[in-house]
Amino acid sequence: MSAVQTGEIITFFILAPLAVIGALGMVLARNAVHSALWLILTMLSLGVFYIVQAGPFIGMVQIIVYTGAIMMLFLFVLMLVGRDASDSVIETLRGQKVVGTLLGVGLAGLMATGIYQATRDYTVVGLEAANKDGNVQGLAKLIFTNYVFAFEVTSALLITAAVGAMILAHQEKSGVKAVGQVAKMRERFLPGNYPGPKPGPGVFATSNSVATPAKLPDGNPSQRSISPILPTRELTAAEKADKPTLTGGA
Amino acid sequence: MMPTLADFGKDVWWIVLIKVLAVFVFLVVMTLFTIWYERRVVARMQVRPGPNRNGPFGLLQSLADGLKLAFKEDIMPLKADKVVFFIAPVISTICAFTAFAIMPFGPIVSLFGQKTPLQLTDIPVAVLLVLACSGLGIYGIVLSGWASGSTYPLLGGLRSSAQMISYEVAMGLSIVAVFMMSGTMSTSEIVKAQAESSQTTVPDVLGGWSFTTPNWYVVLLLPSFIIYAISAVGETNRAPFDLPEAESELVGGFHTEYSSLKFALFFLAEYINMVTVSGLAVTLFFGGWRFPGFGPEHAINQGWLPVLWFTIKLLIALFIFVWLRGTLPRLRYDQFMRFGWKVLIPANLVWIVVLAGIKTSQNTDNLLWAIIPVALLLLGALFWPSKKKAVEVPMEKQVAKRPAGSYPVPPIDLEVPVSPRARRITAEREVV
Repeated sequence: MSAVQTGEIITFFILAPLAVIGALGMVLARNAVHSALWLILTMLSLGVFYIVQAGPFIGMVQIIVYTGAIMMLFLFVLMLVGRDASDSVIETLRGQKVVGTLLGVGLAGLMATGIYQATRDYTVVGLEAANKDGNVQGLAKLIFTNYVFAFEVTSALLITAAVGAMILAHQEKSGVKAVGQVAKMRERFLPGNYPGPKPGPGVFATSNSVATPAKLPDGNPSQRSISPILPTRELTAAEKADKPTLTGGA
Repeated sequence: MMPTLADFGKDVWWIVLIKVLAVFVFLVVMTLFTIWYERRVVARMQVRPGPNRNGPFGLLQSLADGLKLAFKEDIMPLKADKVVFFIAPVISTICAFTAFAIMPFGPIVSLFGQKTPLQLTDIPVAVLLVLACSGLGIYGIVLSGWASGSTYPLLGGLRSSAQMISYEVAMGLSIVAVFMMSGTMSTSEIVKAQAESSQTTVPDVLGGWSFTTPNWYVVLLLPSFIIYAISAVGETNRAPFDLPEAESELVGGFHTEYSSLKFALFFLAEYINMVTVSGLAVTLFFGGWRFPGFGPEHAINQGWLPVLWFTIKLLIALFIFVWLRGTLPRLRYDQFMRFGWKVLIPANLVWIVVLAGIKTSQNTDNLLWAIIPVALLLLGALFWPSKKKAVEVPMEKQVAKRPAGSYPVPPIDLEVPVSPRARRITAEREVV
């Protein structure tokens, strides 16, 4: 009944290798961000497969949801391991790589043969009936009638997981209260604090170094004008001398 | 003839090729035009002429700028991730172009003897395609920020990903109301749904009078449109939501390290995205390519003329983008996030529930009696005062409470003396 069309075959044979390459690249890439990018390739290919196989809604949703999900993965990579993180090639368990590869290939082989055996003499039926009123409408009808309970329970589960993750990850800073703008302003004007901006260093006068202090009206150097992280240095005689404006141009 | 979903997928291959080329050319020309348009409009708002040297009214200015940009030196930063650095602008641009594939330009016309709708293609989930493309397009920005190997682009990229995650949700939710009203996600059918005006009768409880419902969803679904408009500005990284490329904070944001053609691609993608969200707004809320006030069979809505109506509507929408940029300062990052999550999304959810209630009450009689008390109860709960107001201390007491030795503040009843110049101006005015 649903004969495979030429366009579908062409799409499959272009995208299937890409999906496999993406999956392999995701496993083999050293850099965690590159892994995430390979994963996007695989997910996009899967999305197109769904669309080609008369499931446009699930295909689009696959793309939209997985872009957001992989974006989150991307952020986690950035936050947890930093920008330049790469896998180390040192084995923590002896022989782990060989055993892991063997087991992986074995599992893939088992699953592939299993699926192949199960679907070999399969005739696909019921696509027209399922998409009778349109793909989206058919899906909506199923989700909100037969499967409404499973659907709602799944959403509740996801929300619980999200809230739980937030509670576990959120660290309450004990004893430190958030300081509001009003409190900060009051603090600024308390006795012993100078509310104005600090004077700039004396870079415009006799030296162009930010380590040269500005001079106060009485001629003393202003310590406030120098950043505390700068090393102190000995001033030259010219820098120490009063400015011509103070000495009357002499 | 108004196209429906059934009219698509029947084109000959060379018709498809012509349409693809037409969409590509339309977008590139629109980009060149919009850059000029934006510069002229902003200039007008700031009382200066704007570009007016190259070509009539300076129309060729953006072409000249584009050529110059393409011939600039292409710089690859030393610490950049070379492949991703190259891929990022390509992703942005491809997604921007793809999203326009489902934009309806007009009705079914005759093209070299073939009857074909003026739209590249349409699928049952067309609007979702735009969402998917805009979602993928932001990868271009995030990856460019990451791959540049420099601090400011990384910050811009991170901001952009947060912006995507929050404003995509608001945008998607605002479109849900349109789907509920039209019962479809295909753009051509949404345009068709807005062509049919319908008589609506108020329930007998409220008088039983009837009126003609306006066709455009901007009238029927005004809250959705407002939320869509706001999140569209956020999606396209335009002022006042241009945090990923905040030039006064992050130099250029995600594209700080980009130059030459790669930068040009980002530029192109940003303007195409603007055109796309404007086109989507026109399609979803402003009746698409149809001229208002005339039936779908009227000559004004037939043939090639609707392309003009679509473009005019598009330019008006783009003008609003430029207007916003010329008027509003950039939002602070935390305010921006709070606005998205705590205002737009909850308001949207409430509106969807209200709309669902209205639609259900239209289908079922006497349900209004059940809905009104529930709605009143919910409104009451929403506006119930939650806590007592803090007692306000007068300013004099606050000042008196300050510890001794505090920095001197001016007296509260200080009268600032009027400057002599100001007095002169007042005097002159009194004479007139």
